[in-house]
Amino acid sequence: MKLFAMFNDIVRNLFRKPATRNYPYEKRPDFPGTRGRLMIDPTNCIYCGICAKKCPSNAITVTRKPDQSWQFDRFRCIVCAACVEACPKKCLRMAPRTEKYPDEE
Amino acid sequence: MSTIVPFGPQHPVLPEPIQLRLALDDERIVSVLPVVGYVHRGLEKLAEQKDFVQDSYLVERVCGICSFMHSMSYCMGIEEMMEITVPERANYLRVVWAELHRIHSHLLALGLLADAFGFENLFMQLWRTRERIMDAMEYTTGGRVMLNACCIGGVRRDINDEQKAFVLNQLKEAEAELKRLIPVMTDDYSVKKRLVGIGILDKAAAYAAGAVGPTARGSGHAMDHRTTGYIAYKNLDFEPVVETSCDSYARTLVRCREVYQSIDLVRQALDKMPDTEIKVAYKGKPCGEVAIRCEQPRGEVLYYLKGNGTDHLDRMRVRTPTFANIPALMTMLNGSQLADVGMIVLSVDPCISCTER
Repeated sequence: MKLFAMFNDIVRNLFRKPATRNYPYEKRPDFPGTRGRLMIDPTNCIYCGICAKKCPSNAITVTRKPDQSWQFDRFRCIVCAACVEACPKKCLRMAPRTEKYPDEE
Repeated sequence: MSTIVPFGPQHPVLPEPIQLRLALDDERIVSVLPVVGYVHRGLEKLAEQKDFVQDSYLVERVCGICSFMHSMSYCMGIEEMMEITVPERANYLRVVWAELHRIHSHLLALGLLADAFGFENLFMQLWRTRERIMDAMEYTTGGRVMLNACCIGGVRRDINDEQKAFVLNQLKEAEAELKRLIPVMTDDYSVKKRLVGIGILDKAAAYAAGAVGPTARGSGHAMDHRTTGYIAYKNLDFEPVVETSCDSYARTLVRCREVYQSIDLVRQALDKMPDTEIKVAYKGKPCGEVAIRCEQPRGEVLYYLKGNGTDHLDRMRVRTPTFANIPALMTMLNGSQLADVGMIVLSVDPCISCTER
Protein backbone atom coordinates (compact mmCIF):
# COMPACT_ATOMS: atom_id res chain seq x y z
CA MET A 1 0.00 0.00 0.00
CA LYS A 2 1.51 3.24 -1.15
CA LEU A 3 0.84 6.90 -0.53
CA PHE A 4 1.71 9.36 -3.33
CA ALA A 5 1.72 6.61 -5.99
CA MET A 6 0.72 9.21 -8.57
CA PHE A 7 3.43 11.70 -7.61
CA ASN A 8 5.90 10.80 -10.40
CA ASP A 9 3.25 11.23 -13.03
CA ILE A 10 2.16 14.55 -11.65
CA VAL A 11 5.72 15.89 -11.89
CA ARG A 12 6.07 14.44 -15.37
CA ASN A 13 2.84 16.10 -16.47
CA LEU A 14 4.05 19.51 -15.30
CA PHE A 15 6.86 19.46 -17.83
CA ARG A 16 5.28 18.02 -20.91
CA LYS A 17 3.07 19.52 -23.56
CA PRO A 18 -0.68 18.96 -23.28
CA ALA A 19 -2.21 15.82 -24.75
CA THR A 20 -5.12 17.82 -26.15
CA ARG A 21 -5.22 20.18 -29.14
CA ASN A 22 -6.38 23.75 -29.39
CA TYR A 23 -9.40 22.24 -31.07
CA PRO A 24 -11.44 24.59 -33.22
CA TYR A 25 -8.25 26.19 -34.55
CA GLU A 26 -6.17 23.06 -34.78
CA LYS A 27 -7.89 19.96 -36.14
CA ARG A 28 -6.50 16.47 -36.11
CA PRO A 29 -6.09 15.20 -39.65
CA ASP A 30 -7.94 11.96 -40.40
CA PHE A 31 -6.00 8.78 -40.95
CA PRO A 32 -5.87 7.54 -44.53
CA GLY A 33 -8.88 5.30 -44.95
CA THR A 34 -11.00 6.91 -42.24
CA ARG A 35 -14.66 6.72 -43.08
CA GLY A 36 -15.62 10.38 -42.85
CA ARG A 37 -18.26 11.56 -45.29
CA LEU A 38 -19.97 9.91 -48.20
CA MET A 39 -19.26 11.66 -51.50
CA ILE A 40 -20.50 10.89 -55.00
CA ASP A 41 -18.99 11.58 -58.36
CA PRO A 42 -22.19 11.76 -60.45
CA THR A 43 -20.49 11.64 -63.84
CA ASN A 44 -20.10 7.86 -63.75
CA CYS A 45 -23.28 7.04 -61.84
CA ILE A 46 -25.68 4.81 -63.74
CA TYR A 47 -28.47 5.22 -61.15
CA CYS A 48 -28.72 1.47 -60.64
CA GLY A 49 -29.91 1.86 -57.05
CA ILE A 50 -27.72 -0.89 -55.57
CA CYS A 51 -26.35 1.55 -52.99
CA ALA A 52 -29.87 2.44 -51.87
CA LYS A 53 -30.72 -1.25 -51.55
CA LYS A 54 -27.62 -2.07 -49.52
CA CYS A 55 -27.84 0.92 -47.17
CA PRO A 56 -28.80 -0.33 -43.67
CA SER A 57 -30.36 2.98 -42.67
CA ASN A 58 -32.23 3.86 -45.90
CA ALA A 59 -30.23 7.05 -46.27
CA ILE A 60 -29.94 6.88 -50.03
CA THR A 61 -32.79 7.38 -52.52
CA VAL A 62 -32.24 6.74 -56.21
CA THR A 63 -34.82 7.47 -58.86
CA ARG A 64 -34.62 6.74 -62.58
CA LYS A 65 -37.97 8.06 -63.78
CA PRO A 66 -38.98 10.69 -64.67
CA ASP A 67 -35.62 12.20 -63.80
CA GLN A 68 -32.45 10.46 -62.79
CA SER A 69 -31.51 11.51 -59.30
CA TRP A 70 -29.33 10.31 -56.44
CA GLN A 71 -30.27 11.71 -53.06
CA PHE A 72 -28.57 11.16 -49.74
CA ASP A 73 -29.82 12.07 -46.28
CA ARG A 74 -26.61 12.76 -44.41
CA PHE A 75 -28.33 12.71 -41.03
CA ARG A 76 -29.47 9.13 -41.55
CA CYS A 77 -26.07 7.92 -42.75
CA ILE A 78 -24.29 5.63 -40.28
CA VAL A 79 -20.99 5.87 -42.19
CA CYS A 80 -20.62 2.12 -42.68
CA ALA A 81 -19.42 2.35 -46.31
CA ALA A 82 -21.65 -0.53 -47.42
CA CYS A 83 -22.71 1.55 -50.44
CA VAL A 84 -19.09 2.31 -51.36
CA GLU A 85 -18.31 -1.40 -51.52
CA ALA A 86 -21.46 -2.16 -53.47
CA CYS A 87 -21.11 0.56 -56.13
CA PRO A 88 -20.47 -1.15 -59.50
CA LYS A 89 -19.05 2.02 -61.08
CA LYS A 90 -16.90 3.03 -58.08
CA CYS A 91 -18.33 6.53 -58.10
CA LEU A 92 -19.01 6.57 -54.36
CA ARG A 93 -16.19 7.17 -51.90
CA MET A 94 -15.58 7.94 -48.25
CA ALA A 95 -13.92 11.33 -47.94
CA PRO A 96 -12.15 12.64 -44.85
CA ARG A 97 -14.22 14.66 -42.43
CA THR A 98 -12.46 17.87 -43.39
CA GLU A 99 -13.80 17.72 -46.93
CA LYS A 100 -16.92 19.79 -47.53
CA TYR A 101 -20.13 18.68 -49.18
CA PRO A 102 -20.84 20.42 -52.50
CA ASP A 103 -23.62 22.53 -51.00
CA GLU A 104 -21.67 23.43 -47.88
CA GLU A 105 -20.08 26.84 -47.37
CA MET B 1 -39.42 -0.24 8.41
CA SER B 2 -37.00 0.43 5.58
CA THR B 3 -36.55 3.58 3.52
CA ILE B 4 -36.53 3.36 -0.27
CA VAL B 5 -33.79 5.40 -1.93
CA PRO B 6 -33.75 5.53 -5.73
CA PHE B 7 -30.21 5.25 -7.10
CA GLY B 8 -30.36 6.60 -10.63
CA PRO B 9 -31.49 6.67 -13.42
CA GLN B 10 -29.46 9.88 -13.44
CA HIS B 11 -26.52 9.63 -11.09
CA PRO B 12 -22.98 11.04 -11.33
CA VAL B 13 -21.33 7.60 -11.32
CA LEU B 14 -23.62 6.12 -13.95
CA PRO B 15 -22.66 6.61 -17.58
CA GLU B 16 -25.98 5.16 -18.64
CA PRO B 17 -29.42 5.15 -17.06
CA ILE B 18 -30.43 2.35 -14.72
CA GLN B 19 -32.43 2.71 -11.55
CA LEU B 20 -31.70 0.72 -8.44
CA ARG B 21 -34.40 1.01 -5.80
CA LEU B 22 -32.48 0.49 -2.60
CA ALA B 23 -34.37 -0.44 0.54
CA LEU B 24 -32.29 0.88 3.43
CA ASP B 25 -32.13 0.07 7.08
CA ASP B 26 -30.19 3.11 8.34
CA GLU B 27 -27.24 3.13 5.93
CA ARG B 28 -27.32 -0.60 5.21
CA ILE B 29 -29.00 -1.97 2.10
CA VAL B 30 -31.54 -4.69 2.79
CA SER B 31 -32.93 -5.24 -0.69
CA VAL B 32 -32.43 -4.02 -4.24
CA LEU B 33 -34.86 -3.73 -7.11
CA PRO B 34 -33.27 -2.90 -10.47
CA VAL B 35 -35.47 -0.98 -12.89
CA VAL B 36 -34.36 -1.10 -16.51
CA GLY B 37 -35.94 0.15 -19.70
CA TYR B 38 -34.75 3.73 -20.00
CA VAL B 39 -32.72 3.17 -23.16
CA HIS B 40 -34.65 0.42 -24.90
CA ARG B 41 -34.39 0.93 -28.65
CA GLY B 42 -36.07 -2.16 -30.09
CA LEU B 43 -32.98 -3.35 -31.96
CA GLU B 44 -34.10 -6.98 -31.96
CA LYS B 45 -37.33 -6.10 -33.75
CA LEU B 46 -35.46 -3.88 -36.20
CA ALA B 47 -33.11 -6.77 -36.95
CA GLU B 48 -36.06 -8.81 -38.18
CA GLN B 49 -37.00 -6.03 -40.60
CA LYS B 50 -33.56 -5.47 -42.12
CA ASP B 51 -31.93 -8.16 -44.21
CA PHE B 52 -29.25 -10.35 -42.67
CA VAL B 53 -26.33 -8.47 -44.24
CA GLN B 54 -27.59 -5.12 -43.01
CA ASP B 55 -28.04 -6.68 -39.56
CA SER B 56 -24.27 -7.04 -39.25
CA TYR B 57 -24.07 -3.21 -39.23
CA LEU B 58 -27.09 -2.93 -37.00
CA VAL B 59 -25.87 -5.26 -34.22
CA GLU B 60 -22.68 -3.25 -34.03
CA ARG B 61 -24.82 -0.43 -32.70
CA VAL B 62 -26.07 -2.50 -29.76
CA CYS B 63 -23.15 -1.20 -27.74
CA GLY B 64 -20.62 1.53 -28.33
CA ILE B 65 -17.87 -0.13 -26.34
CA CYS B 66 -17.89 -3.72 -27.53
CA SER B 67 -19.25 -2.87 -30.98
CA PHE B 68 -16.85 -5.03 -32.98
CA MET B 69 -17.49 -8.04 -30.78
CA HIS B 70 -21.23 -7.80 -31.34
CA SER B 71 -20.86 -7.84 -35.11
CA MET B 72 -18.28 -10.61 -34.79
CA SER B 73 -20.65 -12.78 -32.72
CA TYR B 74 -23.45 -12.15 -35.18
CA CYS B 75 -21.28 -12.96 -38.20
CA MET B 76 -20.00 -16.12 -36.50
CA GLY B 77 -23.61 -17.17 -35.97
CA ILE B 78 -24.60 -16.57 -39.58
CA GLU B 79 -21.42 -18.31 -40.78
CA GLU B 80 -22.24 -21.35 -38.68
CA MET B 81 -25.77 -21.40 -40.01
CA MET B 82 -24.67 -21.10 -43.65
CA GLU B 83 -21.61 -23.33 -43.18
CA ILE B 84 -19.11 -20.74 -44.36
CA THR B 85 -15.45 -21.34 -43.51
CA VAL B 86 -13.73 -18.09 -42.69
CA PRO B 87 -10.13 -17.71 -43.98
CA GLU B 88 -7.46 -17.98 -41.30
CA ARG B 89 -6.17 -14.45 -41.75
CA ALA B 90 -9.66 -13.06 -41.14
CA ASN B 91 -9.79 -15.02 -37.90
CA TYR B 92 -6.54 -13.46 -36.73
CA LEU B 93 -7.69 -9.98 -37.77
CA ARG B 94 -10.85 -10.54 -35.76
CA VAL B 95 -8.74 -11.38 -32.73
CA VAL B 96 -6.69 -8.20 -33.22
CA TRP B 97 -9.73 -5.94 -33.28
CA ALA B 98 -11.56 -7.84 -30.56
CA GLU B 99 -8.58 -7.54 -28.23
CA LEU B 100 -8.06 -3.87 -29.08
CA HIS B 101 -11.70 -3.43 -28.11
CA ARG B 102 -11.11 -5.26 -24.84
CA ILE B 103 -8.19 -2.96 -24.00
CA HIS B 104 -10.15 0.20 -24.69
CA SER B 105 -13.22 -1.09 -22.88
CA HIS B 106 -11.24 -2.02 -19.77
CA LEU B 107 -9.42 1.31 -19.77
CA LEU B 108 -12.78 3.05 -20.04
CA ALA B 109 -14.16 1.02 -17.15
CA LEU B 110 -11.09 1.64 -14.98
CA GLY B 111 -11.21 5.34 -15.82
CA LEU B 112 -14.88 5.59 -14.89
CA LEU B 113 -14.18 3.78 -11.64
CA ALA B 114 -11.34 6.19 -10.88
CA ASP B 115 -13.67 9.09 -11.64
CA ALA B 116 -16.33 7.61 -9.35
CA PHE B 117 -14.05 7.48 -6.33
CA GLY B 118 -12.85 10.99 -7.07
CA PHE B 119 -9.45 10.26 -8.60
CA GLU B 120 -9.87 12.63 -11.56
CA ASN B 121 -6.19 12.63 -12.42
CA LEU B 122 -6.02 8.87 -12.86
CA PHE B 123 -9.26 8.93 -14.84
CA MET B 124 -7.93 11.45 -17.36
CA GLN B 125 -4.57 9.72 -17.71
CA LEU B 126 -6.18 6.33 -18.33
CA TRP B 127 -8.36 7.87 -20.99
CA ARG B 128 -5.38 9.53 -22.58
CA THR B 129 -3.83 6.09 -22.96
CA ARG B 130 -7.13 4.77 -24.28
CA GLU B 131 -6.90 7.35 -27.05
CA ARG B 132 -3.88 5.51 -28.47
CA ILE B 133 -5.95 2.36 -28.85
CA MET B 134 -8.75 4.32 -30.51
CA ASP B 135 -6.20 5.73 -32.97
CA ALA B 136 -4.95 2.23 -33.72
CA MET B 137 -8.52 1.15 -34.45
CA GLU B 138 -9.22 4.18 -36.62
CA TYR B 139 -6.10 3.68 -38.70
CA THR B 140 -6.75 -0.02 -39.27
CA THR B 141 -10.52 0.04 -39.86
CA GLY B 142 -11.57 3.60 -40.59
CA GLY B 143 -13.72 4.09 -37.50
CA ARG B 144 -12.86 4.92 -33.92
CA VAL B 145 -15.85 3.35 -32.24
CA MET B 146 -17.96 1.71 -34.92
CA LEU B 147 -15.36 -0.33 -36.75
CA ASN B 148 -17.72 -1.98 -39.24
CA ALA B 149 -14.79 -4.22 -40.04
CA CYS B 150 -16.52 -7.57 -39.67
CA CYS B 151 -18.69 -8.99 -42.40
CA ILE B 152 -20.23 -12.35 -43.12
CA GLY B 153 -17.48 -14.54 -44.54
CA GLY B 154 -14.51 -12.66 -43.14
CA VAL B 155 -13.43 -9.08 -42.55
CA ARG B 156 -13.74 -6.00 -44.74
CA ARG B 157 -10.27 -4.57 -44.29
CA ASP B 158 -6.78 -5.93 -44.15
CA ILE B 159 -3.89 -4.70 -42.02
CA ASN B 160 -0.81 -3.81 -44.06
CA ASP B 161 2.76 -3.56 -42.76
CA GLU B 162 2.57 0.17 -42.14
CA GLN B 163 -0.63 -0.21 -40.10
CA LYS B 164 0.83 -3.17 -38.25
CA ALA B 165 3.87 -1.09 -37.26
CA PHE B 166 1.58 1.73 -36.14
CA VAL B 167 -0.53 -0.61 -33.98
CA LEU B 168 2.56 -2.19 -32.42
CA ASN B 169 4.04 1.22 -31.71
CA GLN B 170 0.82 2.47 -30.10
CA LEU B 171 0.67 -0.70 -27.99
CA LYS B 172 4.26 -0.21 -26.90
CA GLU B 173 3.63 3.39 -25.87
CA ALA B 174 0.34 2.45 -24.19
CA GLU B 175 2.01 -0.37 -22.28
CA ALA B 176 4.76 1.96 -21.04
CA GLU B 177 2.13 4.44 -19.85
CA LEU B 178 0.06 1.72 -18.23
CA LYS B 179 3.07 0.36 -16.37
CA ARG B 180 3.07 3.68 -14.52
CA LEU B 181 -0.71 4.07 -14.17
CA ILE B 182 -1.92 0.57 -13.29
CA PRO B 183 0.20 0.39 -10.10
CA VAL B 184 -1.59 3.55 -8.95
CA MET B 185 -4.91 1.74 -9.46
CA THR B 186 -3.74 -1.37 -7.64
CA ASP B 187 -1.46 -0.04 -4.88
CA ASP B 188 -2.64 3.43 -3.92
CA TYR B 189 -3.75 3.79 -0.31
CA SER B 190 -6.96 5.72 -0.98
CA VAL B 191 -7.95 3.48 -3.89
CA LYS B 192 -7.55 0.38 -1.73
CA LYS B 193 -9.57 1.98 1.05
CA ARG B 194 -12.39 2.45 -1.45
CA LEU B 195 -12.31 -1.01 -3.05
CA VAL B 196 -10.92 -3.71 -0.77
CA GLY B 197 -13.62 -5.70 0.97
CA ILE B 198 -16.42 -3.79 -0.78
CA GLY B 199 -19.11 -5.63 -2.72
CA ILE B 200 -18.27 -9.18 -1.74
CA LEU B 201 -19.52 -11.84 -4.17
CA ASP B 202 -18.20 -15.19 -2.99
CA LYS B 203 -17.47 -18.07 -5.31
CA ALA B 204 -20.69 -19.99 -4.72
CA ALA B 205 -22.84 -16.86 -4.95
CA ALA B 206 -21.18 -15.86 -8.23
CA TYR B 207 -22.01 -19.27 -9.66
CA ALA B 208 -25.56 -19.21 -8.32
CA ALA B 209 -26.20 -15.70 -9.71
CA GLY B 210 -24.79 -16.71 -13.09
CA ALA B 211 -22.09 -14.04 -13.14
CA VAL B 212 -19.96 -13.81 -16.28
CA GLY B 213 -16.73 -12.17 -17.34
CA PRO B 214 -14.50 -10.23 -14.94
CA THR B 215 -17.23 -10.41 -12.29
CA ALA B 216 -17.02 -14.22 -12.26
CA ARG B 217 -13.24 -14.26 -12.65
CA GLY B 218 -12.88 -11.85 -9.74
CA SER B 219 -14.73 -14.42 -7.63
CA GLY B 220 -12.36 -17.25 -8.47
CA HIS B 221 -14.08 -18.86 -11.44
CA ALA B 222 -11.76 -19.44 -14.39
CA MET B 223 -14.63 -18.79 -16.80
CA ASP B 224 -13.32 -17.30 -20.01
CA HIS B 225 -15.07 -18.30 -23.20
CA ARG B 226 -11.92 -17.53 -25.21
CA THR B 227 -10.36 -20.69 -23.79
CA THR B 228 -12.77 -22.73 -25.92
CA GLY B 229 -10.74 -21.49 -28.87
CA TYR B 230 -13.22 -19.81 -31.19
CA ILE B 231 -11.84 -17.77 -34.12
CA ALA B 232 -8.06 -17.82 -33.75
CA TYR B 233 -7.84 -18.07 -29.96
CA LYS B 234 -7.02 -21.78 -30.23
CA ASN B 235 -3.63 -20.87 -31.72
CA LEU B 236 -2.77 -18.17 -29.18
CA ASP B 237 -1.17 -18.64 -25.84
CA PHE B 238 -3.04 -17.24 -22.84
CA GLU B 239 -4.49 -18.18 -19.48
CA PRO B 240 -7.71 -16.77 -18.02
CA VAL B 241 -7.03 -14.10 -15.41
CA VAL B 242 -8.47 -15.16 -12.05
CA GLU B 243 -8.52 -13.37 -8.72
CA THR B 244 -9.85 -14.91 -5.57
CA SER B 245 -10.55 -12.09 -3.13
CA CYS B 246 -14.16 -11.77 -4.45
CA ASP B 247 -14.49 -7.99 -3.85
CA SER B 248 -14.55 -4.86 -6.04
CA TYR B 249 -10.77 -4.76 -5.82
CA ALA B 250 -10.49 -8.27 -7.27
CA ARG B 251 -12.69 -7.33 -10.21
CA THR B 252 -10.60 -4.21 -10.81
CA LEU B 253 -7.41 -6.29 -10.66
CA VAL B 254 -8.83 -8.72 -13.21
CA ARG B 255 -9.42 -5.82 -15.61
CA CYS B 256 -5.95 -4.38 -14.97
CA ARG B 257 -4.29 -7.71 -15.70
CA GLU B 258 -6.51 -8.40 -18.71
CA VAL B 259 -5.33 -5.18 -20.33
CA TYR B 260 -1.78 -6.56 -20.36
CA GLN B 261 -3.06 -9.93 -21.50
CA SER B 262 -4.92 -8.34 -24.41
CA ILE B 263 -1.87 -6.31 -25.43
CA ASP B 264 0.03 -9.58 -25.53
CA LEU B 265 -2.73 -11.29 -27.53
CA VAL B 266 -2.77 -8.50 -30.15
CA ARG B 267 0.98 -8.88 -30.54
CA GLN B 268 0.73 -12.64 -30.84
CA ALA B 269 -2.09 -12.39 -33.39
CA LEU B 270 -0.25 -9.80 -35.50
CA ASP B 271 2.84 -11.95 -35.36
CA LYS B 272 1.23 -15.28 -36.26
CA MET B 273 -1.13 -13.91 -38.91
CA PRO B 274 -0.94 -16.08 -42.04
CA ASP B 275 -1.00 -14.55 -45.50
CA THR B 276 -4.32 -15.72 -46.93
CA GLU B 277 -7.54 -14.23 -48.21
CA ILE B 278 -9.54 -12.09 -45.81
CA LYS B 279 -13.00 -12.79 -47.12
CA VAL B 280 -14.87 -15.59 -48.84
CA ALA B 281 -17.87 -15.21 -51.09
CA TYR B 282 -21.02 -17.04 -50.06
CA LYS B 283 -24.25 -18.03 -51.64
CA GLY B 284 -27.70 -18.63 -50.32
CA LYS B 285 -29.69 -17.42 -47.35
CA PRO B 286 -29.45 -18.37 -43.69
CA CYS B 287 -31.73 -21.22 -42.71
CA GLY B 288 -32.02 -22.97 -39.36
CA GLU B 289 -31.23 -21.78 -35.87
CA VAL B 290 -28.03 -21.24 -34.00
CA ALA B 291 -26.87 -20.00 -30.60
CA ILE B 292 -23.38 -18.59 -30.41
CA ARG B 293 -21.30 -17.33 -27.51
CA CYS B 294 -18.37 -14.93 -27.41
CA GLU B 295 -16.25 -13.44 -24.67
CA GLN B 296 -16.77 -9.68 -24.54
CA PRO B 297 -14.95 -7.25 -22.24
CA ARG B 298 -17.79 -7.56 -19.75
CA GLY B 299 -18.29 -11.28 -20.12
CA GLU B 300 -20.04 -13.76 -22.26
CA VAL B 301 -22.55 -12.64 -24.86
CA LEU B 302 -25.09 -15.03 -26.32
CA TYR B 303 -26.61 -14.61 -29.75
CA TYR B 304 -29.58 -16.66 -30.80
CA LEU B 305 -30.39 -16.46 -34.51
CA LYS B 306 -33.17 -18.11 -36.42
CA GLY B 307 -33.26 -17.96 -40.17
CA ASN B 308 -36.02 -19.14 -42.49
CA GLY B 309 -34.27 -19.25 -45.85
CA THR B 310 -35.18 -15.68 -46.78
CA ASP B 311 -33.27 -12.40 -46.52
CA HIS B 312 -34.87 -11.64 -43.19
CA LEU B 313 -34.19 -13.46 -39.94
CA ASP B 314 -37.14 -14.88 -38.06
CA ARG B 315 -35.65 -13.96 -34.71
CA MET B 316 -32.52 -12.46 -33.29
CA ARG B 317 -32.00 -12.52 -29.56
CA VAL B 318 -29.05 -11.03 -27.73
CA ARG B 319 -28.23 -11.80 -24.10
CA THR B 320 -25.56 -9.33 -23.13
CA PRO B 321 -23.07 -9.83 -20.26
CA THR B 322 -24.44 -6.99 -18.14
CA PHE B 323 -27.87 -8.62 -18.20
CA ALA B 324 -26.28 -11.75 -16.72
CA ASN B 325 -24.41 -9.68 -14.15
CA ILE B 326 -27.41 -7.83 -12.73
CA PRO B 327 -28.40 -10.70 -10.36
CA ALA B 328 -24.77 -10.82 -9.21
CA LEU B 329 -24.89 -7.06 -8.65
CA MET B 330 -27.99 -7.48 -6.49
CA THR B 331 -26.21 -10.13 -4.40
CA MET B 332 -23.26 -7.79 -3.90
CA LEU B 333 -25.40 -4.83 -2.93
CA ASN B 334 -27.39 -6.70 -0.28
CA GLY B 335 -25.87 -5.88 3.08
CA SER B 336 -23.46 -3.22 1.84
CA GLN B 337 -23.37 0.45 2.77
CA LEU B 338 -25.17 3.15 0.79
CA ALA B 339 -21.92 5.09 0.24
CA ASP B 340 -20.35 2.08 -1.51
CA VAL B 341 -23.13 1.58 -4.06
CA GLY B 342 -21.36 3.63 -6.73
CA MET B 343 -18.16 1.60 -6.41
CA ILE B 344 -20.00 -1.71 -6.47
CA VAL B 345 -22.10 -0.80 -9.50
CA LEU B 346 -19.05 0.33 -11.46
CA SER B 347 -17.01 -2.69 -10.41
CA VAL B 348 -19.24 -4.90 -12.60
CA ASP B 349 -18.78 -2.38 -15.45
CA PRO B 350 -22.47 -2.08 -16.33
CA CYS B 351 -23.40 -1.39 -19.94
CA ILE B 352 -27.07 -0.59 -19.78
CA SER B 353 -27.57 0.22 -23.46
CA CYS B 354 -26.26 -3.25 -24.24
CA THR B 355 -28.64 -4.81 -21.75
CA GLU B 356 -31.74 -3.12 -23.09
CA ARG B 357 -30.79 -3.24 -26.77
